Amino acid sequence: MKYDIILAGVGGQGVLSLAAVIAAAAMEEGLQVRQSEVHGMAQRGGAVVSHLRLSDRRIEGDLIPKGGAGMILSMEPLEGLRYLDFLSSGGKLVTSSDPVVNIPDYPEMEELLSVIRKNTEGIVVPSESMAREAGSVKATNMVMIGAAASFLPLRKETLEAAITGLFERKGADVVETNKKAFALGFESGKQAG
Amino acid sequence: MPKQVLLGDEAIALGAIHAGISSAYAYPGTPSTEITEFILEYNRKHDAGLAASWSSNEKTAYEEALGASFVGRRALVCMKHVGLNVAADPFINSALLDIRGGLVLVVADDPGMHSSQNEQDSRYYADFAGIICLEPTNQQEAYEMTAEAFDLSEQFHIPVMIRITTRLAHSRAVVTTGGQRERNPLEKAPDVKKWMLLPALARKQWKNLLEKQSRLEEYTGTSGHNTLELHPEFTDYGVITTGLGKNYYLENLPSLGATPPHLHISAYPVPKEKVARLASGVKKVIVIEEGYPLVEKYLRGILPQQLQIDGKMNQAIPPTGELNPDNIRPALGLKTEEQKKTPGMSLPGRPPQLCRGCPHADTFDTINQAAGTFEKSIVTSDIGCYALGALPPHQAIETIICMGASIGVAKGAAEAGFEPVVATIGDSTFLHSGITPLVDAVANGTPMTVVIMDNSTVAMTGGQETMLESSGIRRLVEGIGVEAEHIRTIIPLKKNAEENVKILREEMEYKGVSVIISIRECLETAKKKRKSGGNA
Repeated sequence: MKYDIILAGVGGQGVLSLAAVIAAAAMEEGLQVRQSEVHGMAQRGGAVVSHLRLSDRRIEGDLIPKGGAGMILSMEPLEGLRYLDFLSSGGKLVTSSDPVVNIPDYPEMEELLSVIRKNTEGIVVPSESMAREAGSVKATNMVMIGAAASFLPLRKETLEAAITGLFERKGADVVETNKKAFALGFESGKQAG
Repeated sequence: MPKQVLLGDEAIALGAIHAGISSAYAYPGTPSTEITEFILEYNRKHDAGLAASWSSNEKTAYEEALGASFVGRRALVCMKHVGLNVAADPFINSALLDIRGGLVLVVADDPGMHSSQNEQDSRYYADFAGIICLEPTNQQEAYEMTAEAFDLSEQFHIPVMIRITTRLAHSRAVVTTGGQRERNPLEKAPDVKKWMLLPALARKQWKNLLEKQSRLEEYTGTSGHNTLELHPEFTDYGVITTGLGKNYYLENLPSLGATPPHLHISAYPVPKEKVARLASGVKKVIVIEEGYPLVEKYLRGILPQQLQIDGKMNQAIPPTGELNPDNIRPALGLKTEEQKKTPGMSLPGRPPQLCRGCPHADTFDTINQAAGTFEKSIVTSDIGCYALGALPPHQAIETIICMGASIGVAKGAAEAGFEPVVATIGDSTFLHSGITPLVDAVANGTPMTVVIMDNSTVAMTGGQETMLESSGIRRLVEGIGVEAEHIRTIIPLKKNAEENVKILREEMEYKGVSVIISIRECLETAKKKRKSGGNA
């Protein structure tokens, strides 16, 4: 079994915490994990991408080949499309619908969403409003993991446990908010999928 | 043995700690920064008593590590590839010394220039210096090779290089770790004649180093890190990989439908005999190297030969940028995967930019406005977050070459007759290598203005601490001899814009050295400090 995930977003959106939760869950289930990211210049409000590889066998490289990703999981719609050539033919694009408009030529949202829905059968999640519903706008990352969960080769419970593990130190309330965000995202992803 | 998820950088840091280092020095530089950050955090958390700190630049860091080695302790020094250009003087000369306390230099190269001005290959430096270079291909090897590097350093009495690249430095995997080796006792080098490179002594050391080469070659020739897999039934071609090239090759191997002979090189000097054995049974050799075609160039040589060689030098593999599992496929005779999905619309780029509210934005506004009042002007710049001033909306700067160059370049341009000339430089970059060209400028009374963009941090690399705080920088500039009335301090805020432009204009008109220190703390660093309760 192998499952490759491209994680995308804008510098500052917590793309790496998506990776941290999924990786922790994968390791808990005894899988091999490789996760690569780029620091430095990329952090400054620019496009951020991370390659996350899960396998029950030895993983050779840190980079996912084109057409090799079972999923693109993105915090931002434009960034979700940017790595489309990495998506395998049966792969899923799961993206937040909330744009980060920090460039002058950002495309029209309608066009962007229509391309995502039609060309990729992508799943679009209003992560910010769901995070608010769960109790904190900071929980968008967990909404997105929830949305992805139905398609990941990992048990829902393991992901939830990984979320608890990540936020334990911040107290029971924070854990609850993030678990709720996960649950809302999960429902959304399951329905759309 | 405990398992941990570690970045390649962190695996090296932990490997060094477990190998019993006493000292660690570095200057921040992507993708090497996290090595020293890990060591500093470990030192703080475990009260480990390591002499570990950031230095002003890679040269001082290397020399400080040499000092620890001189008294018998194991020392680690880390930098990015261009940082080794700065440390090259002590580095090349240290190969001539009699190293007793293991000295390991970790250099993190940046193929594809994710955050660098070039993609130079540090293996050349190891070759140039005549020392061993180890190149891990995954996080576990990074951990283990670091310990081995210290042993080799003490065995052969030379510094040893570990060379990694961005993809390994910034990629995480599970590492199985081992026990803690004791630190070396304090013991001055037994023969100080071997630490003094007066010509008469240096000639002996050089001869010594040359004689050592055959022993180094014997080590790499038999090392398990240079794995040769022969398949005599397959004669079409053989594959030589170095660094992460191996990983991308193995990723594609199942698609080949056969198993070609394969030599992987992780320990240099290049194992000549293994190369010859690989090449002897095949018509062609494909060289898959992450970095410059160092091994490939050796193979090609100058004299004609029968063996066909495919690699970067004949464009079988792209000669620029980093390797990936896709771009090596054509060289292996594999079709590139058909891309089934395209967005069907053009996607605008999203380059890095200054954070919203960054003090540099205000300083650049001031510079643009002031420069705009002159018929022509030059604004040189340097390496750091402020280099993003090259991009819209600022487009305020005109040169970015290497650490500290802004001041020297400005001096040269001004003395060649151009005016006005403004050099922009960050506070950490200034301390790194901007002081000496300012000394030059003062000595010559050059008509130029230096703007020190002081955000009190090493920002681009993640907010490490600088060596001297703002008031210290001012005293330093005074001490160099810049006239007090031409040292101006401004606070880069919108409300000060008009006044700041006036000040800069005045100094740009002044026909002597002027320094403007533009002071406002980096927002990111300030945020980090608040989060950690003031203990940044």
